[in-house]
Amino acid sequence: MTSLPTTVQKKLGLVIDLDTCVGCHACVTACKGWNTQNYGAPLSDQDPYGKASGTFLNRIHAFQVQPDPTLAEHVPPRLAQTVHFPKSCLHCDDAPCVTVCPTGASYKRAEDGIVLVNEDACMGCGLCAWACPYGAREIDEEAGVMKKCTLCVDRIYNENLPEEDRKPACVRTCPAGARHFGDLSDPESDVSKLVAKRGGMDLMPEQGTAPVNKYLPPRPKDTIQAPELTGDEDILAPFLAPVAEEPQGLLAWVDRTLEKI
Amino acid sequence: MHPAPSVIIFSTLSGAGFGLLAFLGLGLPVVTGWVAFGFYLIGFALAVGGLLSAVFHLQNPKNAWRSYSQWRSSWLSREMWAAIGALLAMGLYAFLQVFFATTIAPLGWLGAALSLATVFTTSMIYAQLKTVPRWNQLPVTPLMFLSCALAGGALLSANLAAAGVLLLTAGGVTVWYWVAGDGRFAEAGSTARTATGLGGAVSLWEKPHTGENYLTREMVFQIGRKHAVKLRAIALVLMVGLPLILILLPMSHVTAVIAVLSHLAGVLTQRWLFFAEAEHVVGLYYGAHGAKAAA
Repeated sequence: MTSLPTTVQKKLGLVIDLDTCVGCHACVTACKGWNTQNYGAPLSDQDPYGKASGTFLNRIHAFQVQPDPTLAEHVPPRLAQTVHFPKSCLHCDDAPCVTVCPTGASYKRAEDGIVLVNEDACMGCGLCAWACPYGAREIDEEAGVMKKCTLCVDRIYNENLPEEDRKPACVRTCPAGARHFGDLSDPESDVSKLVAKRGGMDLMPEQGTAPVNKYLPPRPKDTIQAPELTGDEDILAPFLAPVAEEPQGLLAWVDRTLEKI
Repeated sequence: MHPAPSVIIFSTLSGAGFGLLAFLGLGLPVVTGWVAFGFYLIGFALAVGGLLSAVFHLQNPKNAWRSYSQWRSSWLSREMWAAIGALLAMGLYAFLQVFFATTIAPLGWLGAALSLATVFTTSMIYAQLKTVPRWNQLPVTPLMFLSCALAGGALLSANLAAAGVLLLTAGGVTVWYWVAGDGRFAEAGSTARTATGLGGAVSLWEKPHTGENYLTREMVFQIGRKHAVKLRAIALVLMVGLPLILILLPMSHVTAVIAVLSHLAGVLTQRWLFFAEAEHVVGLYYGAHGAKAAA
């Protein structure tokens, strides 16, 4: 059971647009809300009004990127960027978390490629969380079982929900439209076209996990006002320099007059 | 990685226990009656005590029996099979030696092979993880576990000549593991850039939450590693140096006990470092391994 399926009929997954994400954490809240009331054990919090800690299936990191003039792609020079970085399970094709599982609780579905945990069989050893490079799995400290993103498997096929709601809670709630859900095995799907057009990328490709979820890189910022960078200077210094050394017009007259007094 | 006491105690004690059982299974020495009872009591106490300690690491131990199901893919499942096989084979072998003074050599060989297989499968649980480059070293990670188990087993079974050679081997392999391991994270090639796919100098600006979480406690555990060199020296002295000197001196039960305790304390230190020094790539999403990521 915890061997990976040789083929999957679909590769359902997310495409996350790092250019559009505003870092509002609405997807975190929607994810926790849906998944604490539906499939499996609720996502508990420990000491929520003290030294708070809890189980989340989706977390938003934020990174700062300083331009590196030594990189070919940073010529002409770019400006520094902050990038909000949502991270959840990538439903990898070659998921190391599945094969390490001793109990058969962890599995990848052949029909749609979703990686799930059967909580009734999980013994809470945590080895799958160690095997995941992305930090997508967390043991729920209350229930003692492994929790992970289910791709809202209980929404996407749920005929009791209106059709527009049959997508993962994070995608449905994102106010910026930074999260997209679809079948990444179908080159004609909207998500596949988006990945092709925007240069969608894998996280940590060197780990060999072949993630299904893709990330769209942030577009470089406008470079119109960027000064020439050589790599040695303080990046902020040119922006702090006075715009005009000598006052002109009315200010010049005031300046001259005040000088005479 | 978080150095959980339960797992450190498990790998140290059960390693030595299965090492002793392996020597007894090979007939080194062939023992019967009360002497056999004493040897097997120590062997099984260490091996089973270690395994029980590992159960405390589980958050949901009622499902532990299911871990026999996935031997085709999971090293942890294979470890469970090897352990139960070793305990059953050596249990029967020991029962016949203790109560009937009968030695069935092939059964002992099987038990010895399964005992060493248990230690090997334990080591592969760590060595298979690409996410922890320092552990992901073949063949040196399994060699370190096996050589320590054999050295401990030789000491406990009073095979002093073998113990001398095996202690030196375990010490050498441990140094090999440390030295090669220091460069493994850089070799594996995961950086903040590969983790995020972003170009330029990438560094963490904000963590997802202000507090700690399961991931940071378990895998981004940052210990003051400033004492690592001292601890490595202490581990080598206790694990190899002191026992080696003691077995060269005239042996008594007291010096033997001191040699064994010193060896186990040394292996405990080595295993603490095994966890505390191991860096998980998920730390790159939490601003850890900064110096390496910038390189």
